Amino acid sequence: MSNDKAVLAYTLRLADNTLILAQRMVELVAAEPELEEELANANFALDYIGQARMLYSYAGELEGKGRSEDDFAFMRDEHEFANLLLVEQPNGHFGDALIRQFLFDAFYVHQLEALARCSDARFREFAARAVKEVRYHLRHCSQWLVRLGDGTQFSHDRVQTSLDDAWRYTGEMFASDETDRAVQDCINGPDLEEIRPLWRRDVEEVISRATLSVPSDDWMASGGKQGRHSEYLGYLLAEMQYLQRSFPGASW
Amino acid sequence: MKSDEWPLYEVFIRSKSGLSHRHAGSVHAPDDQMALDHARDTYTRRSEGVSLWVVRSDQIIASDPAENSAFFEPAEDKIYRHPTFYDIPDGVENL
Repeated sequence: MSNDKAVLAYTLRLADNTLILAQRMVELVAAEPELEEELANANFALDYIGQARMLYSYAGELEGKGRSEDDFAFMRDEHEFANLLLVEQPNGHFGDALIRQFLFDAFYVHQLEALARCSDARFREFAARAVKEVRYHLRHCSQWLVRLGDGTQFSHDRVQTSLDDAWRYTGEMFASDETDRAVQDCINGPDLEEIRPLWRRDVEEVISRATLSVPSDDWMASGGKQGRHSEYLGYLLAEMQYLQRSFPGASW
Repeated sequence: MKSDEWPLYEVFIRSKSGLSHRHAGSVHAPDDQMALDHARDTYTRRSEGVSLWVVRSDQIIASDPAENSAFFEPAEDKIYRHPTFYDIPDGVENL
């Protein structure tokens, strides 16, 4: 794989993670249990959409075929999306959505910190800005996790189940492939083997404060980064892309 | 108030260094730390502040409106308490 191609593929992975997670969070707009949490969720979703836009426009420049942010977001099919399986999982209840974001952000923070030190100036600029947003998301999710885990027996049990269910999607974050390795080599990109113990340390620290147990590393699902998705992504895209597919180029 | 409702917190924002915190509004939150998060997400979305205070609304001791005449009216005719008899030098922005 040529270096340019790897950087482009990697940019799309980053962008797809943020866009798909944002779309899941947008589904919760007007459905959060409290007004204050409603605002927080919508703010966070907009942070991710902002990040996705920066990344898609960079991807368009790297590719050089004139594709816009909207083309990447709305005119690609399921197998062309390279987001982690974790972020496309359905919202479920409040605890499920929280765990999904917590596990992802705990990884993403370190991925961004590594990107802030890489040799690609655009990635550095992007990461320096995004990491501040994501650090706050992680703080907020961690606070909630501690309250649910260390709350009532009912909330403890429910969020433990959420954690157990989502755990199988965490292995994929650290399964490095050709693209990850090429980005590591050619632009001094994130080393997933370096991030894994940092992620583990951070996640375990919060899980233990939340009086929850760390699930065992059994079978791990993978394939999202290579475009092989769970059954849920197609429905998500159908809803997200409907307008642009029906009325191509529609704008307001 | 429903018993399962979160308590109310008052939110104070310092808009920039050197100024004092000002009351901005209130949020509901399950506890003190979450109140700070909620205040951040509700009141500082448009760069309104550099520092936040939150305090439980029921911890604020407020004056009684029925005592307003005793509390506040005696100050009304004390014109000499207002420093209006000298000019403020140019360049003093926050007095």
